[in-house]
Amino acid sequence: MELVVFIISAAVAILGAGAMVLSKNAIHSALFLLLNLGAIAVLYLLLRAPFLFAIQLIVYAGAIIVLFLFAVMLLGAERAEDERDRIAWQRPVALVMGLLLLAETIYVIFFAPRASVLATANSGGGEDFGAPIHIGEALFSVYLLPFELTSVILLAAIVGVVVLHRREQQSRGAE
Amino acid sequence: MVPTIYYVFLSGVLFIIGVLGVLVRRNALVVFMSIELMLNSANLALVSFAQARQSLGGQILVFFVITVAAAEVAVGLALLVTIFGTKRTTDIDEISTLRG
Repeated sequence: MELVVFIISAAVAILGAGAMVLSKNAIHSALFLLLNLGAIAVLYLLLRAPFLFAIQLIVYAGAIIVLFLFAVMLLGAERAEDERDRIAWQRPVALVMGLLLLAETIYVIFFAPRASVLATANSGGGEDFGAPIHIGEALFSVYLLPFELTSVILLAAIVGVVVLHRREQQSRGAE
Repeated sequence: MVPTIYYVFLSGVLFIIGVLGVLVRRNALVVFMSIELMLNSANLALVSFAQARQSLGGQILVFFVITVAAAEVAVGLALLVTIFGTKRTTDIDEISTLRG
């Protein structure tokens, strides 16, 4: 049963990712990315990580996709690639390198001697493993320092965005 | 239970699609989305390892990765909007100089 859910969500995730890369319109790309993120959120639920499922939906599917759609519409960048490609030869080269990377991944995962973690199917374990209460306890005890550092990173991002915008306004005023 | 290796393989495939997106696409916004896709595939591998080892460390790390990704998207899109203000394009082939 779980395998069926896994296969369906994995197929949706891969289709969404592929369509994101292939679609000409950037708005469609953002919406396909949303599909992909939703499928990965289902996989998190399958992996017994309900907290990350919620975070994925709120932060990625909610905030980040909205930011992307907003930027695409603001810049009118839906069809930024309509003009001719000036370095067209790099596209087949990129495809070849991607296929090489895929072959390498398949070799490492399925054929190379591997660590015991990968070899064993994941044991069921406690049902409430990864419950929000355990994550909260770990976050505010063992991982307190990185948690506080995250707030510094977020503050730096906010300040950076405001500074970028201010400088843009000043340069416009000078013109 | 689904074996961990399936998750790792799916994560690898998603990562490669993201790499191809970065290499092939010229719209800076789509390149950005591909980077998000790669971050997500790494997150998926981390969560599946956390489940296989029954340790919370992987899930906590994913939490931090998502936070940093959110900050990165905010700053990156602000940079793109600023560049668009001067260059009037989001084609990364056009943006080939460091001058603003």
